[in-house]
Amino acid sequence: MTDTARYRVVLAILAAATVVLFLLSLTVGPAAIGLGDSLSALFSDKRDAIALIMREIRLPRAILGLMIGATLGLSGAALQGWLRNPLAEPGLLGVSASASLGAVIAIYTGFSALFPLGLPLAALGGAVLAVFVVQAMAGLRGGTLTIILSGVAVSAFAGAMTSLALNLSPNPFAALEIMFWMLGSLTDRSMTHVWLAAPFMLVGWAMLASLGRALDALTLGSDTAASMGVNLRRVQFLAVFGTAASVGAATAVAGAIGFVGLVVPHILRPLVGARPSRLLPASALGGAAVLLTADILVRVIAPGRDLKLGVLTAIVGAPFFLWLVYRTRRQLL
Amino acid sequence: MSLLSVSNLHVALGARPVLKDVSFEVTAGEFVGLIGPNGAGKSTLLRAALGLAPSRGRIAIGGDEGLSSRQRALRIAYLAQERDIAWPVSVEAVVALGRAPHGSAFSNAAAQDRRIIEQAMRRMEIAAFRDRQATQLSGGEKARVLIARALAQDAPLLLADEPASGLDPSHQIVLMRLFAELASEGRAVVASMHDLGMAARWCSRLILLDHGMIVADGAPRAVLTAERLRSVYGIEAHLGEAADGMIVQPLDIAAGVDAATTQSGKEQHDG
Repeated sequence: MTDTARYRVVLAILAAATVVLFLLSLTVGPAAIGLGDSLSALFSDKRDAIALIMREIRLPRAILGLMIGATLGLSGAALQGWLRNPLAEPGLLGVSASASLGAVIAIYTGFSALFPLGLPLAALGGAVLAVFVVQAMAGLRGGTLTIILSGVAVSAFAGAMTSLALNLSPNPFAALEIMFWMLGSLTDRSMTHVWLAAPFMLVGWAMLASLGRALDALTLGSDTAASMGVNLRRVQFLAVFGTAASVGAATAVAGAIGFVGLVVPHILRPLVGARPSRLLPASALGGAAVLLTADILVRVIAPGRDLKLGVLTAIVGAPFFLWLVYRTRRQLL
Repeated sequence: MSLLSVSNLHVALGARPVLKDVSFEVTAGEFVGLIGPNGAGKSTLLRAALGLAPSRGRIAIGGDEGLSSRQRALRIAYLAQERDIAWPVSVEAVVALGRAPHGSAFSNAAAQDRRIIEQAMRRMEIAAFRDRQATQLSGGEKARVLIARALAQDAPLLLADEPASGLDPSHQIVLMRLFAELASEGRAVVASMHDLGMAARWCSRLILLDHGMIVADGAPRAVLTAERLRSVYGIEAHLGEAADGMIVQPLDIAAGVDAATTQSGKEQHDG
């Protein structure tokens, strides 16, 4: 089957690109360390400055880039497949906005200054709260439309509360910190962040990855999928909680990073024959590659300025998405 | 052998009752036409039989109640009225989806699956455009692809919601012939339809629904009487006989008691 062969080639190329970009991410930074030195320092027993930089600064950053990119790509593909809507993206369920609100409250109240994990834990709390509100609104028999509308409402409310926190912030530094955090970044993250986010992401990935065949069946509509033995309630549960766990954790450690989850599935869909099940792994790898690239670019373009990752993905992503829409408008009609 | 047995089925959408005390049984070898005016409850009946609409009453599939959705999918294939295909997947991939309940994955269909997929595509005359994107097909072509998908599910019973709508006359006849053939192979088909001429000519049995109740159930000649067409559909029709079947041709809206135009076709063939 040439179709399957082509799919394998696409996956292999994406995987290879992700590996190369991951290694590249390890070797880019203000401390000019050679490629060989930096990689060997990772695996050596030495405790010199190079080893410290590699293990404490660059490794967590590269790992988070990989995992958050994969999360955004995978959840975007899963949500588009589940909702049968090419406009779905990871922030749709209100998880990103609520995680941001959690983080903002932590900064605003000073909770984030008490201990290093205060901010990501508060953000995770926000994500959990959002997903339970959305799921409770939709109920067991609720349809996808209820989920979308609840997500929109939760996002709007979380956005409003974030604005309120900014508005009332007594301290301009706190306001600035909130603004910067919300732009999304992987700078100065530690392995603690990795250990905090990884369990949630792994659980979320497992839930989303198990949806492949159900999403294929949903290509023909929910009634037809149900008649083919797809349990729609189970699919809803896995899609909502899988997205919440992985995207909630991603937002908690890196802030909101837009457009990756929306654009990556679009780019890859034609390459995998548009099959939702094949789009899942392809989009996860593609998301990882894109986010690693973006995180390398922010370090290369403006080394001294701390350009935020979320700003770059939005600046590049939005025009690119416009171009995609322009190119495919005939098919969209 | 009973493939589907429905007794005392009640369905309400919100506060509005859609089906009231519906009972019938479908056995192997039958091609049942489900007819009735718009809003009579045909689609709801098919969906309720599959457990897609909440209902009260007894539904036994192949003699068993309370099947899991997976087990049910092995016994009943369903062709929805909705013909939306969300993603530009290939025609062959859509047909191959029918094998999903049988446990083989979307991509690597085993030899047995391949054979059934090929046969389904051949039967619906879509093998020629197997590599085209299903979203770019015409309405009729898309309908045939989705019918082939349902055939590929290879279940003993097929429930089809207006399968013939959007098809040209030749493909309508191909479809009717295919359904009759499936029935003669020992399967059964229940298809809702509006074309009474097709229903009369090809179905072995008709169930006439009106306002959520079965008003007639039997052979086409017993169900399609001038009286019923007038009271249920509000139409006058020419009922005739051809060499190998019944002819029903709707003529005009029934006007009160004026039934002059139907006198000629008013021979009733009961049983």
